[in-house]
Amino acid sequence: MTIPLSLTINGTRREIALDDPRVTLLDLLRERLHLTGSKKGCDRGQCGACTVLVDGRRINACLQLAASLDGAEVLTIEGLAEGDALHPVQAAFVEHDGFQCGFCTPGQIMSAVGLIREAQAGDDPERIREAMSGNLCRCGAYLGITEAVRDAQSRMNQGNAA
Amino acid sequence: MPETAVTRIRHGSSIGQPLTRRDGLLKVTGAATYAADNHPEGLLHAVMAVSAIARGRVTHLDVAAAEAHPGVVAVMRPENAPKLAQHPDKKDNPFAFRLDLLQDANVRYANQPIAVVIAETVEAATEGARLLAPRYEAEAARTALDTDTPFVPPAVGAGEEPSASTGDVEAGLTAAARRIEVAYETPSQYHNAMEPHAIVAAWDGDRLTLDTPSQALAMAQGRIAGLFDIDPKNILIRSPFLGGGFGSKAGAAGPQVLGIMAAKLAGRPVKLVTRREQMFGPVGHRAQTRQTLRMGTDGEGRLTALEHRTLTASSTYDDFFEPSGGVSHTLYASPNISATHEAVRLDIGTPMFMRAPGEASGSAALESAVDEMAEACGMDPLAFRLKNYAEIEPISGKPFSSKALRECYAQGAERFGWGSRNPAPRSMRDEAGLLVGWGMGTATFPALMMQAEARAILRADGRGAMLIGAHDMGQGAWTALAQIAADSLGLDLDAVTFEMGSSDLPNAGIAGGSAHTATAGSAIHEAGRAVIAQLADLATNDEASPLFGAGNAGVIARDGSLLRRDDESRGERFSEILGRAGRAEIVATAKSASDPAARDHYAMHAHGAVFAEVKVDPELGQILVSRLVGAFAAGRIVNPRLVRSQYYGGMIWGVSFALHEHAVTDARSGRIMNASLAEYHVPVNADVPSIEAILVEEDDPHVNALGIKGVGEIGITGTAGAIANAIFHATGIRVREFPITLDRLLG
Amino acid sequence: MNRFDYVRAGSIAEAIAAASEPGAAYLAAGTNLLDLMKGGLTHPTRLVDVTRLPGLDRIERLPDGGVRVGALVRNADLAHDADFARAYPSVAEALLSGASAQLRNAATTAGNLLQRTRCPYFYDPASACNKREPGAGCEALGGETRGHAILGWSEHCIATHPSDFCVPLVALDAVVEIEGRAGRREVPLEAFHRLPGDTPERESVLEPGELVTAVRLPGEAAGFAAHSRYAKVRERTSYAFALVSVAAALRLDGGRIGEARIALGGVALKPWRAREAETALVGAAPDAAAFRRAADAALAGARPSGDNAFKIELARRLIVRALTLATAGTPERMPALPASVFAPASGDPLHA
Repeated sequence: MTIPLSLTINGTRREIALDDPRVTLLDLLRERLHLTGSKKGCDRGQCGACTVLVDGRRINACLQLAASLDGAEVLTIEGLAEGDALHPVQAAFVEHDGFQCGFCTPGQIMSAVGLIREAQAGDDPERIREAMSGNLCRCGAYLGITEAVRDAQSRMNQGNAA
Repeated sequence: MPETAVTRIRHGSSIGQPLTRRDGLLKVTGAATYAADNHPEGLLHAVMAVSAIARGRVTHLDVAAAEAHPGVVAVMRPENAPKLAQHPDKKDNPFAFRLDLLQDANVRYANQPIAVVIAETVEAATEGARLLAPRYEAEAARTALDTDTPFVPPAVGAGEEPSASTGDVEAGLTAAARRIEVAYETPSQYHNAMEPHAIVAAWDGDRLTLDTPSQALAMAQGRIAGLFDIDPKNILIRSPFLGGGFGSKAGAAGPQVLGIMAAKLAGRPVKLVTRREQMFGPVGHRAQTRQTLRMGTDGEGRLTALEHRTLTASSTYDDFFEPSGGVSHTLYASPNISATHEAVRLDIGTPMFMRAPGEASGSAALESAVDEMAEACGMDPLAFRLKNYAEIEPISGKPFSSKALRECYAQGAERFGWGSRNPAPRSMRDEAGLLVGWGMGTATFPALMMQAEARAILRADGRGAMLIGAHDMGQGAWTALAQIAADSLGLDLDAVTFEMGSSDLPNAGIAGGSAHTATAGSAIHEAGRAVIAQLADLATNDEASPLFGAGNAGVIARDGSLLRRDDESRGERFSEILGRAGRAEIVATAKSASDPAARDHYAMHAHGAVFAEVKVDPELGQILVSRLVGAFAAGRIVNPRLVRSQYYGGMIWGVSFALHEHAVTDARSGRIMNASLAEYHVPVNADVPSIEAILVEEDDPHVNALGIKGVGEIGITGTAGAIANAIFHATGIRVREFPITLDRLLG
Repeated sequence: MNRFDYVRAGSIAEAIAAASEPGAAYLAAGTNLLDLMKGGLTHPTRLVDVTRLPGLDRIERLPDGGVRVGALVRNADLAHDADFARAYPSVAEALLSGASAQLRNAATTAGNLLQRTRCPYFYDPASACNKREPGAGCEALGGETRGHAILGWSEHCIATHPSDFCVPLVALDAVVEIEGRAGRREVPLEAFHRLPGDTPERESVLEPGELVTAVRLPGEAAGFAAHSRYAKVRERTSYAFALVSVAAALRLDGGRIGEARIALGGVALKPWRAREAETALVGAAPDAAAFRRAADAALAGARPSGDNAFKIELARRLIVRALTLATAGTPERMPALPASVFAPASGDPLHA
């Protein structure tokens, strides 16, 4: 059984003939499209390393069947920067040392981008910490992560106001 | 030797600068390549099937069902697994762990690999592994400390003596004005790096290319060479980035070798990625312990005796014994100290080094017990620790090479506001009515040196290169070692090509024991200096050079030039010297190792003080570590930004140790019942609202030429105890079993 | 996971027809179903994807002032719907205390109702479990049982229902709308989930092929909005299942409790409505003594199913806490840590 699938991934429309309905969005990205920025840390929705945006919302790609996403827009870490210009969240993660080993980082960054779009947390660090709690970091870079989210959000808001 | 910038920090030096990570761009764009991100042509996927029993043997696998699953290529099992040249139970050093590589049907622990299914897709391999539906002949599992008779292991940790003592503990206790005897339990903990152990293995004849995370490239290469009887030179291991290691990726773990075997069996490249639940068994853990401490003090609160007895567990088939008692060798002064270890053998995967092995579990118990002793003496916990400050290392009698612990206590206490602590338990509340507790602990970790080698190159264009097979598991080696490399060559960071993370580079030893920056950094420093020495020889012996006659020691290297020490206005560019000499490059290799003479004379440790504030719901018992302040002295700081991150991470591991981590084992089956990141809790962002790390200055002329001690593990020590003590202070309830859970605080 | 047929349903009728075959299961977000399939715990041979069904993703105001939440409304969308959160703040708080932002963005209303237990023995395919294999036995009994049920359990199953969302829902008399081959029907949420008895494999009243289409909250339930809280005790500050949780809602009449609603989570195989406790509160002054009496009434029938006796006392205390918080008033803004004991007690009540 082949499932035809049309996905827009990082702005590029892709026609995919899926030969196996079991393929998750994460495995589609990593193993079939070789977009390996999204990471598999648990494969069960328990760590957040696979976080991507689907139609603008952050979700766990490991718990999403690709077959179910026909017509969706997917944004992964590979599609976040504009050419050489880092997204403000990416730049802030570097500046605030929001990572160590880097394995959870694509998921953290996509989660942060989703969080800023949701606009529920404001600049309240406690709300940001809560809203970023779906992304485990075993190295313990949480301080830098929280600061990076605040900093990037404030820069983005200034940019919007200008 | 000519002077390079490292020996004196000043303008233009890279060391000491808070640079952002040089691998940051790759990591924030998803371009950093971890092992499982590789896809060589013709790649197959392999998934392990693991045992559901803890002891016994596999009697049946439904190989036909797995093979019949579309996409499955092969089922690797004892009957058809490639023959190994060396039995995987062969052990020639404490770092070489015995591996389960499908040599027979025996099962020695739950989650042991019992087969590997190889398929065209990861979906097919995963389902193939499930379809094997193993049947077993099970024997009763032994997984608790009380299910076997303790024995004294021949060595603990990485080959340390199982017992050490000074004086006479019984006499010290008899003479004491106050005594306590307390027993603490610490659970099995699993490393759970975010990146599961993964390998992409490709054979080409007897050459092997591996993408796999490694904290010890040369060691892994040697082990694999032995297992497959191939020349280590024919094995290329690429490990540019580890997604965390924490001790579990030191050698080659079983699943990684199984991936290599699977590639051999299939005759195609294979990717094997450990599933998260499979990380609870075959790739190591921190062993459970029961630590019994007896202490006595005189009328003024001076320790007259300190006894630290550890009971721990290893597997039935291998030797690793958690060295919890080590911290008591060094931390507090007492004329009578004894630290001993006993162990039992259980049906568990072999425990191994896990971030601060021994120090983390030992410090959790010791710092809690010290708090209990201080409480018994009616003394402030900080005053008690100062009263028992070790001016020399108590058991060895050696002076410390440096020890700025007093400054750590002072700066940490000041920043935390310790002075306003009400000493009475259950005396402090916040505005919401939550119980507030303040506790503290002393942090300590040995300043180790291992062995490494580096190769430095200076090219005709004046640019440099530094090559070393070093490892970055998140600590920041790509940045910190490059900073050392730049200074060693007297070059700006951007004028140095820095290569690491591959086994075809000079052997950098092990990224472990918090010693990698010191060890690899020292090799880099020496290699750079050796290149500069050759360059200085060229210049100072060349009449055409303004440096002629200055003598080797009369020049310094800075910003790509050699300068006369006595007149820095006279000098010339590296490229000019090389050009005139007609040299394309200068190459030098150097090694680093610990200095036995210095180690004979001095005890070498990093130190710190951790202050913790907890909030506890008075009725419901739920606990939050609301504030942590750590002050650490660890010699020279190469990059304060990265070092601070290491301290934060370590302290968060302390939170995890105190409140969260705990592998729950069913005593009947021996299976771990919470082998997932949903139920094996590690802290989330909301668990750590406030952490500060103070970098206390410390100059150590003895540890190594660079004066560097380690920073990767010390943060966890001290912290777990500080939190436990804060919980006691908040609630008046002393919980002696880690992790401390809310049910113990319901009263 | 096993191989399956993937069917994308275009209409409810088509979905029901496709899902009425043995071995079929509905797929919405899949946040629980895929987890179970990956764990080898459930093996559907056909997945009927209902995510494209029209009309099930709406939050509708009803004439009685109530609200009808479509089965496909995502948990985050419901929690952040300002009108909904104002009318049913404890439901929003419960939603936001569950799982992670990513999961809440995906998980659906109906999926949340139908999520399966987190019992480690259910989750371990090598353990005997009557839910997975009727008659196999319950290996949780005598095992690691710190988190297991204290109410309504049987010798056949001591698991708990993990939902936060369902707890205030059941307190507020939510109704589940269902469609099946036999047409439409409605079931009060309180009767939707089943206690284990001797058939723990039957977790809800759904018949094969039946599809949850909506969850309805009556307008009358919005009358509790001023005094409505959800409190959840967990072993990590966020991203953790409840050890015990309580939804408490009060209608205060001149210093007395006019009506009370109380439900517990994490204590039984269903969201547990504590009607005896509610009755005990009617007419009482909202004080600690009354709350304690209510708590005692709620837990009167509780008994440990293993090493979990502490949960009984914990549940009592949490009822008192939730009632105290509800009395103080619903906060104007969602706490930074929803349902947490560490939520700062700041901000004015929503309806002063």
